Amino acid sequence: MTALSRPDWMGLLARAPADRLAQLLPDEPQARFLRPPEIGTVMVRGRIGATGGAFNLGEMTVTRCSVQLADGVVGHAHVQGRSRDHARRAALIDALMQTDRASDVHTRILAPLAAEEAARRATRAAKAAATKVEFFTLVRGEDT
Amino acid sequence: MYVAVKGGERAIDNAHAFLAEERRGDPAVAELGTDQIREQLRLAVNRVMAEGSLYDPDLAALAIKQARGDLIEAVFLIRAYRTTLPRFGAARPVATGTMACTRRISATFKDAPGGQILGPTFDYTHRLLDFKLAAEGGAVPDAPMQPAPSASLPHITTFLNRDGLIETAPPTDDTPPDLTREPMELPASRALRLQALSRGDEGFLLSLAYSTQRGYGRTHAFVGELRIGTVAVELDIPELGFAVEIGEVELTECETVNQFKGSKTEPPQFTRGYGLTFGQTERKAIAMSLVDRALRWQELGEDHTGAPAQDEEFVLMHADNVQATGFLEHIKLPHYVDFQSELELIRKLRAEVMAAQAEAAE
Amino acid sequence: MTPDALTGGFPDAPRNAARAFRAILDALSRPGEIVTLSGATPPAPLSQAAGVLVLTLADSTTPVHLAGATDCPALRDWITFHTGAPLVGAADAAFAIGRWDDLQPVSRFAVGTQDYPDRSATLIVEMPGLAASGSALSGPGIAGTALLSLPETEAFLLNNSLFPLGYDCFFTQGDSLAGLPRSTQVRAV
Repeated sequence: MTALSRPDWMGLLARAPADRLAQLLPDEPQARFLRPPEIGTVMVRGRIGATGGAFNLGEMTVTRCSVQLADGVVGHAHVQGRSRDHARRAALIDALMQTDRASDVHTRILAPLAAEEAARRATRAAKAAATKVEFFTLVRGEDT
Repeated sequence: MYVAVKGGERAIDNAHAFLAEERRGDPAVAELGTDQIREQLRLAVNRVMAEGSLYDPDLAALAIKQARGDLIEAVFLIRAYRTTLPRFGAARPVATGTMACTRRISATFKDAPGGQILGPTFDYTHRLLDFKLAAEGGAVPDAPMQPAPSASLPHITTFLNRDGLIETAPPTDDTPPDLTREPMELPASRALRLQALSRGDEGFLLSLAYSTQRGYGRTHAFVGELRIGTVAVELDIPELGFAVEIGEVELTECETVNQFKGSKTEPPQFTRGYGLTFGQTERKAIAMSLVDRALRWQELGEDHTGAPAQDEEFVLMHADNVQATGFLEHIKLPHYVDFQSELELIRKLRAEVMAAQAEAAE
Repeated sequence: MTPDALTGGFPDAPRNAARAFRAILDALSRPGEIVTLSGATPPAPLSQAAGVLVLTLADSTTPVHLAGATDCPALRDWITFHTGAPLVGAADAAFAIGRWDDLQPVSRFAVGTQDYPDRSATLIVEMPGLAASGSALSGPGIAGTALLSLPETEAFLLNNSLFPLGYDCFFTQGDSLAGLPRSTQVRAV
């Protein structure tokens, strides 16, 4: 198994489809909310000319949540969209990944999510690659 | 002048009921799901997200349904909803150089490393109505696939940079101004202009950009690169002390390369215009980059030719379609008292003119 | 993050914040009236009223300045986690929190500009006690005169003379809150 850093698994959980998380975490551990799921926005920024100073592009919806497991471990989540369930489950899994259940959670939840995401991305990239133009030189300008 | 009047409540309630019925249309026809709008009218969804300045495809689809397909009304709904949400913070600027591109073309460099990727484009369609789409239920074959390189595609303009032929945009860490928090003040920085253009009306920007091509503030633009794809959005989380990816957004980015003969302050080189918009919104991004470039006349020491696209106030104060439609459409609402006073003024002026004419005739 | 930082926020943010906002609005629009704020438990030394006020009004676009004893790790982390507000020096603050002595000199705080008088600071003054006695208040929102136990009168007279510029104040103690906008005239009794 590849070791995932905390930013890695938090990103993976945020990008995962909300209903897929529900399937992969059918039984939720006992926990209390430090911050109940809350819907808000984050300002997305670009850079002038792709590399220059930042500018405000527009906002995106985000739901955040923080939980504490019975043993005191804290999990956080900031996930795109407006699904409270998604944010809660992502925070719970973030917490579980810091406990001795990490290896099990990785195998049952994170590894399938990572594989599915890689497949989705590969499919899309392959469809784009199929539209890549191959140029054929028909005539050159010189006299023959 | 505004005067409060009462009445019309029942008429308004009934108008709302009538509107709801008209929105639904013939009940014998299946109701449109917001998921259908999101998936099958995606370019409309993208436009509402770009001009509503809120990236959320489900919300944009709902707004389109509620607005009966009136996209400016849908943008209005999204803007209004946005104001009810707290803002958790600002993300790190997106790195478009790492974009997972579904489309990436250049009109200037045929052999750009990474190649020309057409993606799902209308460009080479014949614009013939496809009556097969009118018949329901046809399965769409899977699009062909080919092995894709894993490396991300570099920006094409970086290749011009190597010879120093193109202006550069060095990064800064300044916090950009935000016109949704503080009223726009002119003259505006380029960062503020780009924010205003990115949420501006596509039709307005299209016409302005077209006007620069026809000679009103000509900037000789080529599309150096147009790319569409997804980028990661990273947010610094204070309670964690590091940044995490919170999701991905689809963006369209356009960089124009513009001929520039040099000015008192700048050597001859290529200059650039920049467009970046939510979703697959290619026409908007190209228009934005042309208008951005036209607005830079002062910074680059060019002449002001009096062209509308060079006039910052004209462009920025009229680009927002929610503002524009709000002011435009309000004139259809009751102005009975204003009009009454106008009426009295006209009667008085007429009486004076008539009296003067009668006097002259005598 | 300190352990207390993650707890003590609003359990039901939309409702808690809406109720608190109404009470805060009442306090500021009827200077001298003492209202009660509840719903959050900030770490010491912040009072409950000041904590609720911060949770309700501060966010990532309102820089907060912590003066005196309030500038401690527990409170810095608590405000960061629950509001996202950046912590800044006095001159850049939208909100400043501390005892009256800790906030001196108050001339450090933003009073707005002629074009934008709203770009000014709001001071959240932690008080040893809060009662309807002491200085006499008059002006908008007050029928006749109201009394409030202000820490002094001189500074508020000066602040009122800047109108429409000036800072606005909240006074907090325990779960009690009173407001003193820049428009209120203050007189020692």
